[in-house]
Amino acid sequence: MTLTATVSAGLTRPDALTGAVSDLCHSPVILASQQERDGVRVLWIAASDLRPALARLKEQGADALMLFDVTAIDERGRLHRNGQPEASFTVVYHLMSLAARADEIRIKVPLTGDAPELPGISDLWPNANWYEREIWDLFGIRFTGHPFLRRILTPPTWTDHPLRKDHHARATEMPPYSLTEDQEQHEQEALHFDPSLWGMKRHSDHSDFMFLNLGPNHPSVHGVFRIILQLEGERIVDAVPDIGFHHRGAEKMGERQSWHTYIPYTDRVDYLGGVMNNFPYVMAVETLAGITVPPRAQMIRVMLAELFRIASHLVFYGTMAQDVGQLSPVFYMFTDRERVFGIIEAICGFRMHPAWFRIGGVAMDLPAGWDGLIRAFLDDLPKRLDEYDAMVMRNPFFRARTKGIGAYTAAEAVEWGVTGPGLRACGPAWDYRRHAPYACYDQLEFDIPTGTNGDCYDRIAVHVEEIRQSLRIIRQCVDNMPAGPVKADHPLTAPPPKARTMQDIETLIHHFLSVSWGPVIPPGEARACVEATKGLNSYTLISDGGTTSWRTRIRTPSFAHLQMIPLLSRGVMIADLIAIIGSIDFVMADVDR
Amino acid sequence: MTPLPLLSILLTPLIILALATLLTWVERRLLGLWQDRYGPNRVGPGGLFQAVADGIKLLFKQDWIPPFADRGVFVLAPVIGMMTVLMSFAVIPVTALSGIAGNLNVGLLFVLAMMGLGVYAVVLAGWASNSKYALLGGMRAAAQMISYEVFMGISLLGVVMTAGSFSLYDIVTAQTRMWFVIPQCVGLIVFLLAGIAETHRLPFDLPEGENELGAGFHTEYSGMKFGMFFIAEYAGIVLISALVTTLWLGGWQGPVLPGIVWFALKTGAVVVLFILLRAALPRLRYDQLMALGWKVLLPLSLLNVTATGTVLMLRSAG
Repeated sequence: MTLTATVSAGLTRPDALTGAVSDLCHSPVILASQQERDGVRVLWIAASDLRPALARLKEQGADALMLFDVTAIDERGRLHRNGQPEASFTVVYHLMSLAARADEIRIKVPLTGDAPELPGISDLWPNANWYEREIWDLFGIRFTGHPFLRRILTPPTWTDHPLRKDHHARATEMPPYSLTEDQEQHEQEALHFDPSLWGMKRHSDHSDFMFLNLGPNHPSVHGVFRIILQLEGERIVDAVPDIGFHHRGAEKMGERQSWHTYIPYTDRVDYLGGVMNNFPYVMAVETLAGITVPPRAQMIRVMLAELFRIASHLVFYGTMAQDVGQLSPVFYMFTDRERVFGIIEAICGFRMHPAWFRIGGVAMDLPAGWDGLIRAFLDDLPKRLDEYDAMVMRNPFFRARTKGIGAYTAAEAVEWGVTGPGLRACGPAWDYRRHAPYACYDQLEFDIPTGTNGDCYDRIAVHVEEIRQSLRIIRQCVDNMPAGPVKADHPLTAPPPKARTMQDIETLIHHFLSVSWGPVIPPGEARACVEATKGLNSYTLISDGGTTSWRTRIRTPSFAHLQMIPLLSRGVMIADLIAIIGSIDFVMADVDR
Repeated sequence: MTPLPLLSILLTPLIILALATLLTWVERRLLGLWQDRYGPNRVGPGGLFQAVADGIKLLFKQDWIPPFADRGVFVLAPVIGMMTVLMSFAVIPVTALSGIAGNLNVGLLFVLAMMGLGVYAVVLAGWASNSKYALLGGMRAAAQMISYEVFMGISLLGVVMTAGSFSLYDIVTAQTRMWFVIPQCVGLIVFLLAGIAETHRLPFDLPEGENELGAGFHTEYSGMKFGMFFIAEYAGIVLISALVTTLWLGGWQGPVLPGIVWFALKTGAVVVLFILLRAALPRLRYDQLMALGWKVLLPLSLLNVTATGTVLMLRSAG
């Protein structure tokens, strides 16, 4: 396989979306169009016109048009809608064309009434399936024609739709929780798997199927994740992933926390990614507030994010080897990860979840001696990576377990919303850092490793090579770290500057309000996306001119990737499924949020 | 052969059990060493008493039988596992003077028979647990151990033909001039691989494959019943290593040091090899394991028998 950067190999018609969108803009189905601060064009379409319009876009966008995200907004009570069409709920479809430059568009559908309905699109894009279930679960919006519109994140016995504005956000708003024996029985019975619900047969012509619960507690599902397997012997006939065990309502919390105090929550979404999660969030807030981040802060951010990419990839690499039964690599790789955390701790004071980014920059300047620490690590890791190559990647048993297993094509990847290493493993050299450079990535040199077969082995190989590329990026950051402030001089940054607070009352009042309430971000909508450790991670923030967000949407790569499991696991053995799960690289907190 | 048969009948199982328990500690320390970490090093000198502490913990655990299990068979399975391994040791000639059963003229067949019975422990455990993971583990075990039994037997034939006897004593004494590891190296490799499969150790630990099946056939076991499976596995490793020593490495024979020391050294080296394999290799998939067995190891062991037979015939003719 070649590990060099080639532009969008495997993806055809790079600028198809632009043409298709301009066609659409001039068609009469457009109710309104909206230009937001993040530069993504927003088109409003009535529910009845949605399917034909999307079908046409998909046809013209060919295999390079990805349904990146589907989400909803509760518009009831929102003050600053600036002439957007009347709606009590809005469903948002975010499309992304994997062209030479990332080309994006948001299509919004206004819905009225308390129990709105609109046509589903899971036949156009298969990955719409889970997104539509999520919206039904959290907003109570029905999608007609959906094959299985049931709750996905909350338990099947749940009755409310938590992301609606009239739903409480805190435990203190509820009476004390109690669980009677009958309720417990009821809850447990609700978790029983009923194959007929999914249209599965209990037996074939000559044998009975075994239904095996893999998880939610199982050594190889990487967290609380349940897959129900329909087995014939050890061969998997079909699989049903069941998620939501790790759902903490991160999006709902965003509506209660101030813009500043939400930062630590983001760390815990992809808990292996640390500050990588802060990145899209603070970028989105900065876009809304119109803050320009100084170059030194940009480069510190990139450097820390890349360190976390290495830490996360090392965990992936080690646990992947562990999943196919190799005991030792995980220990070596966790030792290396400890060294990364040593550096992170020296800079941030925390290890896994430093919450180090701030609106407008980072929390503090780099400590004395930081570059020596990093340089020692940069010199040491490549040697160890070479050893791991010999131990893992060139191990014939390891190859036998991962080559040709769980393969999908680039077209399938786009169809299912797969991004990151999982996409690059099937050929396309598509990386958000290159195709829509944010922070200072446009000044940094790095290659985009790709695979050819899109199987487990290639996904691992891409991850391993990405560690080397991250090292390269970090070295450039260390060598070229600019001087200057680490935080923007802007009234909306948080925490606000304190230097003059004891000298004049006006500054003191501003400081007091900004600290106790947090900054008031001007109304609007902005989305920021990064190439996170596992794929594209984006935050869409809507401000209604308050101290908290009106809607915080977190689009995580793991959610999209898990949806593919049934497709990949049909016909393979249980052991292969474990290899596939390992190679997908997900954490459940990133799936359930 | 032994001066005090009764005493040795009592002592041998105790020694084997102690050794197997000790081996759990040795393995954990060695794995720790190879994996850049410590392993158990707190209890006693170098953590030596960790094995004792674990044993005590297992003994005092509640002896729980899942309500859905087949009680009788569920209890019987670990006993079979333990018994068959211990019985095999009866014919292992640690020195020229020891061995409970003495110089049994079909010693090797006896060991093979015991190993064959050992399969029942795993299969019955998987079946009696009445749990899906245990059942899958039991199924894997049945397929794996029965297939590997076949060429484990055939791989031994080369040695038997060269020594001209099934008695383990005679096989050791036949190696006075040259250890069988040289003429019978193919047989040794096949036997070692089959032995790993037989004791279900990595990379052939599919019956328990924790990443796939939780704990496989012993998922539902806890307390001392689990402990018996655990110790039987380690005793099994000692047994396979002792057999390798006896059949290929010249048994107790060696210069200067007394026979028992040589035997222990050689067996210890093979045991360490077992642990090293566990530290180094990933697990094969079920069908890959079967393919390796039937398509590579079986023809190889048959070829070995044919070649050995031809050489012996030519030699006796010439």
